[in-house]
Amino acid sequence: MNTPLSWIKAYVPDLECTAQEYADAMTLTGTKVEGYTKLDDGLEKIVVGKIEKVEKHPDADKLVVCQVTIDQDGTSVQIVTGASNVYEGALVPVVLDGGRVACDHSGKRVAGGVKIKKGKLRGVESFGMMCSIFELGSDTDMYPDAAEDGIYIFNDNPEYGKAKPGDDVPSLLGLRDVNFEYEITSNRVDCFSVVGIAREAAATFRKEFKPPVVTPTGNDEKASDYISVEVKDPDLCPRYIARVVKNIKIAPSPEWMQRRLAACGIRPINNIVDITNYVMEEYAQPMHAFDLDTIEDKKIIVRRAKEGEKFQTLDGQERTMDSDILMICDGKKPVGIAGIMGGENSKITDNVKTMLFESACFDGTNIRLSGKRLGMRTDAQTKFEKGLDPENAMEAIDRACQLIEELGAGEVVGGCVDVYNIKREPVTITYDADRINRLLGTDISEDDMVSYFEMACLEVDKNKKTVTVPTWRQDVLRLADLAEEVARFYGYDNIPTTLPQGEATAGGLSYKLRIESIARTAAEYLGFCEASTYSFESPKVFDRLRIAEDDPVRQTVVISNPLGEDYSIMRTLTLGGMLTSLSTNYNRRNKNVRLYEMANIYVPKSLPVTELPNEYMQMTFGMYGGCDFYDLKGIMESVVDKCGIRKHLEYVSDAGRNYFHPGRQADIIYDGKTIGFLGEVHPEVMENYGIKEKTYVGVLDMRFIVEYSDFSTKFKGLPKYPAVTRDISLIMDKSVQAGSIEAIIHEKAGKLMEQCELFDIYEGDRIGPDKKSLAYSIRFRAADRTLEDKDVNTIMDKIIEALKDKGIALRS
Amino acid sequence: MKEKLNRIVEEATSRIESSDKLDVLNDIRVAYLGKKGELTSVLKGMKDVLPEDRPKVGQLVNDARKAIEDKLEEKKAAFEKKVREDRIKAETIDVTLPGHKPVSGHKHPNTIALDDVERIFIGMGYEVVEGPEIEYDYYNFEALNIPANHPAKDEQDTFYINSDIVLRTQTSSVQVHEMEKGKLPIRMIAPGRVFRSDEVDATHSPSFNQIEGLVIDKNVTFADLKGTLAQFAKDMFGEATKVRFRPHHFPFTEPSAEMDVSCFKCGGSGCRFCKGEGWIEILGCGMVHPRVLEMRDIDSEEYQGFAFGIGLERIALLKYEIDDMRLLYENDVRFLSQF
Repeated sequence: MNTPLSWIKAYVPDLECTAQEYADAMTLTGTKVEGYTKLDDGLEKIVVGKIEKVEKHPDADKLVVCQVTIDQDGTSVQIVTGASNVYEGALVPVVLDGGRVACDHSGKRVAGGVKIKKGKLRGVESFGMMCSIFELGSDTDMYPDAAEDGIYIFNDNPEYGKAKPGDDVPSLLGLRDVNFEYEITSNRVDCFSVVGIAREAAATFRKEFKPPVVTPTGNDEKASDYISVEVKDPDLCPRYIARVVKNIKIAPSPEWMQRRLAACGIRPINNIVDITNYVMEEYAQPMHAFDLDTIEDKKIIVRRAKEGEKFQTLDGQERTMDSDILMICDGKKPVGIAGIMGGENSKITDNVKTMLFESACFDGTNIRLSGKRLGMRTDAQTKFEKGLDPENAMEAIDRACQLIEELGAGEVVGGCVDVYNIKREPVTITYDADRINRLLGTDISEDDMVSYFEMACLEVDKNKKTVTVPTWRQDVLRLADLAEEVARFYGYDNIPTTLPQGEATAGGLSYKLRIESIARTAAEYLGFCEASTYSFESPKVFDRLRIAEDDPVRQTVVISNPLGEDYSIMRTLTLGGMLTSLSTNYNRRNKNVRLYEMANIYVPKSLPVTELPNEYMQMTFGMYGGCDFYDLKGIMESVVDKCGIRKHLEYVSDAGRNYFHPGRQADIIYDGKTIGFLGEVHPEVMENYGIKEKTYVGVLDMRFIVEYSDFSTKFKGLPKYPAVTRDISLIMDKSVQAGSIEAIIHEKAGKLMEQCELFDIYEGDRIGPDKKSLAYSIRFRAADRTLEDKDVNTIMDKIIEALKDKGIALRS
Repeated sequence: MKEKLNRIVEEATSRIESSDKLDVLNDIRVAYLGKKGELTSVLKGMKDVLPEDRPKVGQLVNDARKAIEDKLEEKKAAFEKKVREDRIKAETIDVTLPGHKPVSGHKHPNTIALDDVERIFIGMGYEVVEGPEIEYDYYNFEALNIPANHPAKDEQDTFYINSDIVLRTQTSSVQVHEMEKGKLPIRMIAPGRVFRSDEVDATHSPSFNQIEGLVIDKNVTFADLKGTLAQFAKDMFGEATKVRFRPHHFPFTEPSAEMDVSCFKCGGSGCRFCKGEGWIEILGCGMVHPRVLEMRDIDSEEYQGFAFGIGLERIALLKYEIDDMRLLYENDVRFLSQF
C-alpha cells in the first residue's frame, strides 16, 4: 500500500509532522511504515521560466539560444538548449545555476541529483538548464501532457496556464510530497485505503479526522428503469450495487487527481477509469464499469460459471472457467469475471454513451482461489480477496458518482439497484477496564480507555459499558481485541516491563535433547563440523545410492505440492544430504573433510499416508581424506561411549547395504538391535556424487542411543593385586574375523580377564599368502588375591584349545 | 696417628676438589673409604693401639671418614647440579613454533544460536520440548485460530502431504500439543525445523528453524511478555540492547506485537546493516488468543498467557553478519569452521 502524505493530510488537515515523525508514530500504533520517498528528492532551484526570445546559435545548427524570464521582476537569463520544442512564449521548468535535477538526460536517477552550473556551449554563455519530465524524475506515463522528446511545456496543460515565471516547479507538478509505503496486516482490511490510513493517522496524532463528504447524486430518473440485478449465488456475492451514468464525456481527469494516482503508482488514463481507480485507492472498493448498451435484456445476473465455459476478458485473452468461478452475466451471456476482470464484450470504449457502474462485495476466499486457478492477479482481485465490508460498497459508489458529477464526466441517473442478501451488522462488545488491565499488566483508567476507543472510531456507550464496532473493523470481535486498541493508543512503549510471577518451574532440556547435545559436543571434539541439510529429497536419490527396488526405504512421504522433483519426498535416509555436502566440499578442494548432522528421517507408518509418519533422529557422520574405516568406527564408538552406552558393541559385516563397499561395511548391534551402521561408500555411488577420494559414512539411530544410554555408573575399587599379562600370536586364514577370535577369548577367559588388546596384525611371506597373524595381549587380575601362574596357564590352555578347534593355531 | 689422619683427609680433600668427573669421585671413595682404602687400613691398624686409646683413635678415624664423605657428597651434589644445568640449557626449545592442536570440529551457527536461546530461557524456568515436523493441518492451523481458507494456508506457503497432513509451517503447532497435555502452568520453548514453499535464494529457504515460546499461568500479562523478551534480547545481543514493541497481527495472539532490537552494529543511530532504521526486527509475539485457550478447554478468564516465535536463522545471520542464507545449508567446512 502506497499513499502520498498530501492525500492523508487532505482528510487530517491539522496534521503537522516531518516524514520521519510520521513514519515512527504510525509504526508504533500498528500501521507499519516500510519506507518513504520524497518525490522532490534531488530537485533544487527549479522555477517556471517564460521564454521571451529564441535565436539560432551562431556556431551550432542543433542549438538555440533563449532569453528566459525567471521571476516576477522580469529578471532574464540566457540559456542554450538543444531541445527543438521550445518557442517564444513557452512556460518551461528552468534549473538555475547551482540547482539540481533528479535524473540525467536518459532519465536514469542519480543519487543526490545532477548539479547544473552555468557554462559555455560552443562559445555562448548559458546560465542554467531547461528540463524534460524525465530529468524531473518522472515520465510521460504519469504526466501524459509532457513532451516525449523535449522540454516540459506548461502551456500544453490548461491547468498550468496560471503558472508564472518564478513559481516553484516541484510544487506546481505536485512533487513537494512524500510517498509512504506501508505494511498492512491482513486483519486491517480497512487500512488498504487512504481513508483507513487517514483515520489511523488522525488517531495516532490526536487530530480531527475529516473524511470526504459524500453528497447525494443523480437526476430524477431511476436506475431501476435501466437495469435489474439478480444474484443467484448470494454466498459468493453478499451485496451487488448497480448505478447508471449517461451522456458520458470521456476526457482526461483533472491534474490533482492525476497527481494523486501517479503518486500511488497508477497511470492516469481518462476521467472514468481514473475515478474508478481513485475511489479504489480512497475506499479500497474496486468498481467496474460496463457499457450499458452491450448489456442484453438490461439485466445483470450473478451466477457461478458453467464448467468449461469460455470467456474473453478485456485484456483480449480467452480463458476457461470452472463452476466455482463467479461470473457477472447479462440476460444472455457472461460479461465479466466477478471481482477479477471485466469482459472484452462489455468494456468501456471512447464512444461509450451510457455506463453501468458496479460496486459489489464478493467472497474473498472464492476470489483468491478463482484468481489462482485462472492464473490471474489484478488490482481488484487483491482488494477483494482480503474480504471487503459490504457497507463500504455503497459509500464508495456514491463517492464515485459524486466525482463523476463534479468532473462533468457524465450525468448520473438517480437511485441505485442494491441487492444486499447477507447484511453485515455492527458488533457490540462489553468492555471491562479491570479485565483489560489484568491482561496488559497496566493501570489505565476507564476514561482513558474510552478515549482510545473513540479515537479508533468505536462507538462507546458508557452506561452499558459497551462499544459498537463499525463494520469496517472486522478484526474487533471480543475483549482481547479491545485490549489491543487500548494498548496501541496507550502506547506499547508505555506498558511496564515486568517478569512473570507465580509458581516457579524447573526448566531444562528433555532427556532426548540432552543426549543429542552430548553427542554433538563429542563429535565436535573429535574433529567433526556440524552440517545442516534439507529434509527434502529427490526420488532419484535411491538409484544414486544403488538401493534395491524393493527396499523399504523407498516407501516415502511424498509432498503433493513440492518446489520441484528434487525436493519432492521427505527423506527416509540421510546419506543423500551428507554425500551432497561432502561432494560440495570436494569440488571446492577442501581437504580432509569431516561432517556430522543431527536430523530426522521420516518413515511412513503406511502408504498412502493417513497418519503422521515416525520421525527418527539420526546422527550421520561423513568423512574423506586421511582416514579409513577404522577411524570412523573409532569415532562413532567414542560418541556412543560418551552418550552412556556401557556395554560392548557388536558388528555384523556385509549387512547388505548397497551404497557401501560390500567388504567394508558393518551394522552396529547393541542388545540385539541395529543401532547404526557404517561403511566405505561404494565406488559407483562415489562416482554418482563426483567424489574421487575414499569416503566413509556412518549413521547412529539416536532413538536407540537415547533408549540405551545409562549414566548410572558405580565406582569399582582400584585393583589391590597385581595383574598377569600374556601375549599370544595366532595364525589363521585371512577370512577369519578378529571379532570371532575375540569372542572366543572373551568366552573362555571368564571373569579373571581384565583386558584383551590386539597389538599386531601381520600378513606376508613369512606365513604364506592366504594367512594372517593377529597378536593379542591378554591381562588377568583377581580382585581378592595375587594370581599365580598356574591359574593363568589353565585359562590360556582353554583359550588355545578353543581356538585350535576353529583351526586357529599359535604362531611359532 | 692424628697427623696421619689429617694428612689423609687433606690429601683426599685436594683430590676431590680437583676431580672433574663423577667417576673420579667414585675412585677416590674406593681409594680412601673402600675395603682396601687408606682409612680402612688405618682402622685395621687399631689392634696396635693401646686399648685405653682405642675409643679416642676410633673417634678420630670416624671424624676423618665423615670429613671425606661430606666432601665427596658436596662435590657429587655440585656435579649433579652442573649436569642438570647443562641438560636444561641444552633442552631450550623455540616456544614460538606452532603447537600440536588436536583437530576439533565446530557446531553449526544455528546450533550455537539455539544453545544461547535455550540457555537463556532454561535459566528463566522454561522447558525445552519438541513436536512433529510433519503435522496435522489441524495443529498447524485451525487449533491456532487460522480457519480453513485463510490466505496463510494457501499452497504457495504450505507444503501439503494430503488435505489433513502438512509440513509444519511454524513451531506454534507445539503450543497446541503442550496445552493438550493438560498440565498448567506452562513455560516452554520448542525449537525445530519448519517448512514454507519459498524458492531458495539469499534470504529464503524452504526449510528453516523456529523457536516457539509459550507461557500460560493465572496472571501472566503483556507487561510480563515485554519484560521476558527484553531480558532475552539483552542476554542474547548484549546488555546495551534496547527493544521496541510494535503492534502487529497474528491469528493466535491478541494483542500481538513484533519486537525490534536496537541495531547491534550502530547502536540505533542507523547504518547500512539496519537499513538506516536503527532497529532490527527479531520476533513476533503476543498474548495467547482466548480462542486458542478455549479450544484446549483452558478457562480464558482464569488463565492467560503469552507466546512468541523466533526465527533461528535470522538470529544466526544477524549475529554473525552472514549475508547469504544458502551458506547455512551448503556445509562448506571453510564456512562452518568460522564458528
